[in-house]
Amino acid sequence: MNPQLFQLICFYTFGFVTVAAALSVITLRNTVHAVLALVLTFFSTACLWMLAEAEFLALALIVVYVGAVMVLFLFVVMMLDIDQERMREGFVKFLPVGLIVALVMLMEMLGLIGVRAMHAQVMGADPATAAGVSNTAWLGHALYTQYLLPFEIAALILTVGVVAAVALTLRQRTDARHESASQQVSVNPRDRIRIVKMAAERPAAELPVPPQESKP
Amino acid sequence: MVDQLIHQLLIPLAYILAIVLPLIIAVAMFVFWERKVIGWMHVRLGPNKIGPFGLLQAFADTVKLLIKEVILPTNANRFLYYLAPLLMMIPALAAWAVVPFSSKMVLSNANAGVLYLLAMTSLGVYGIILAGWASNSRYALLGAMRSAAQVISYELAMGLCLVCVLVLAGSLNLTDIVNAQAGHKGFFDWFWLPLLPVFVIYFISGVAETNRAPFDVAEGESEIVAGFHVEYSGSAFAIFFLAEYANMILVSFLASILFMGGWLSPLQGWVHFDAPDWINWIWTGGFIWLFIKAFLFSFFFLWFRASFPRYRYDQIMRLGWKVLIPIGIVWVMVAGCMKYFGLVTIGMGA
Repeated sequence: MNPQLFQLICFYTFGFVTVAAALSVITLRNTVHAVLALVLTFFSTACLWMLAEAEFLALALIVVYVGAVMVLFLFVVMMLDIDQERMREGFVKFLPVGLIVALVMLMEMLGLIGVRAMHAQVMGADPATAAGVSNTAWLGHALYTQYLLPFEIAALILTVGVVAAVALTLRQRTDARHESASQQVSVNPRDRIRIVKMAAERPAAELPVPPQESKP
Repeated sequence: MVDQLIHQLLIPLAYILAIVLPLIIAVAMFVFWERKVIGWMHVRLGPNKIGPFGLLQAFADTVKLLIKEVILPTNANRFLYYLAPLLMMIPALAAWAVVPFSSKMVLSNANAGVLYLLAMTSLGVYGIILAGWASNSRYALLGAMRSAAQVISYELAMGLCLVCVLVLAGSLNLTDIVNAQAGHKGFFDWFWLPLLPVFVIYFISGVAETNRAPFDVAEGESEIVAGFHVEYSGSAFAIFFLAEYANMILVSFLASILFMGGWLSPLQGWVHFDAPDWINWIWTGGFIWLFIKAFLFSFFFLWFRASFPRYRYDQIMRLGWKVLIPIGIVWVMVAGCMKYFGLVTIGMGA
């Protein structure tokens, strides 16, 4: 078996898994199963990227999306108490709207593919391989030199998002009890307990003497 | 065709078995060692009946677990219930693919080895969450929630530690990272010295990430019985156990590789004699040094367990988010400055 054929088989396998998992995200009844299908979609997409020798992107996808974002997603979905019957009620009512949206998106995608195909610019050789460095090193170099400004702007936008999320959820509740960790740490044991020295045994004289039973 | 099949399939398979089988035996012996050490710390004897010094105790336990019935709770999600232990064990074993045992002994000398490790260790949390959810049990779900929040929080701190290491080493390849710690100043050339706070944070996060005492609220025997795997019995429970201990050994190996020079000798550059190869490893370095270091780190796990009381949940979150992560962020910049101003020498050069 030559390597190229093997790579092709791998590509189609991963591609099939990706498409099947993406389809089951929207068809599975159980929401937890749907989230897991989404995880599988991400994972097989990462495998596809790995085949395309974009190792940094592939591993970052797993670390960020599979390892963190989807875990939180799963977390929330598990906590939700979803009534399956109610969710399916409006299927016929919303079907036309959904179909229109899907059609518009399909047209846009086809248009985009068509435009790209007309330009038909052949992809050059992999710049990382051309430069003789690893994919990660090349990407880092490009991001921090050529694309430094967009990169920093994206970082700034993300930071603003984080601050906004924290600000939205931060509520000053008056009925919640808070422990001040620094206060707890600086507690002196002597303020809390008193150690009393005392003899291990009581003096013999104080022992209650059992009443002598007089035998008849 | 047959020749290619052997080269591309059977030889890697043999290498994988050569790593995984000793790992599983190491897990068994580690469990025995844990019970022995904790026994000594409690002024007990520990297991001493089965085999010489009780050495066969772990194997007896394994056989017992394997012949027990696997019980499926009522209304549990059958598919996910059986999938969860596998989801925990597969990443725990897969992560070993990139661990270098010596300068030549590594299964996959991947360029993005550190990233691969992060990816694999972050996958293990699915096993925990799904086990908790699929069991259809309150205690299990509580344990899963605690564990998920804890693992995600400490993964960030661990990621920052890895960033510091790769800033100094200038590579994501684990073999390169160890080679960057070579030098003539003995064990002062290793990364534990310039990255001392990060080294401590890494090990703390490693303990927290494997849900070990004092961060074992996910199992919390005294509150939620055994957390996410309370409903599991027999071989399914054994797989959880195996994954947890394999992860502990992995964290010990990684702490040795990233901060303590991997297979390098602590005497490097100080003494050198021309001796036969079976003595030479003492100063030129070899996989035995890596095993010694990893053994010491794995001993710390047991030491912690016998010494420290369990953290409260809010204390765990505070330690992770308000102490470890800020120190990690600051030390990324410090490491950058150390690298920029040439305070740390990399490799044998200079």
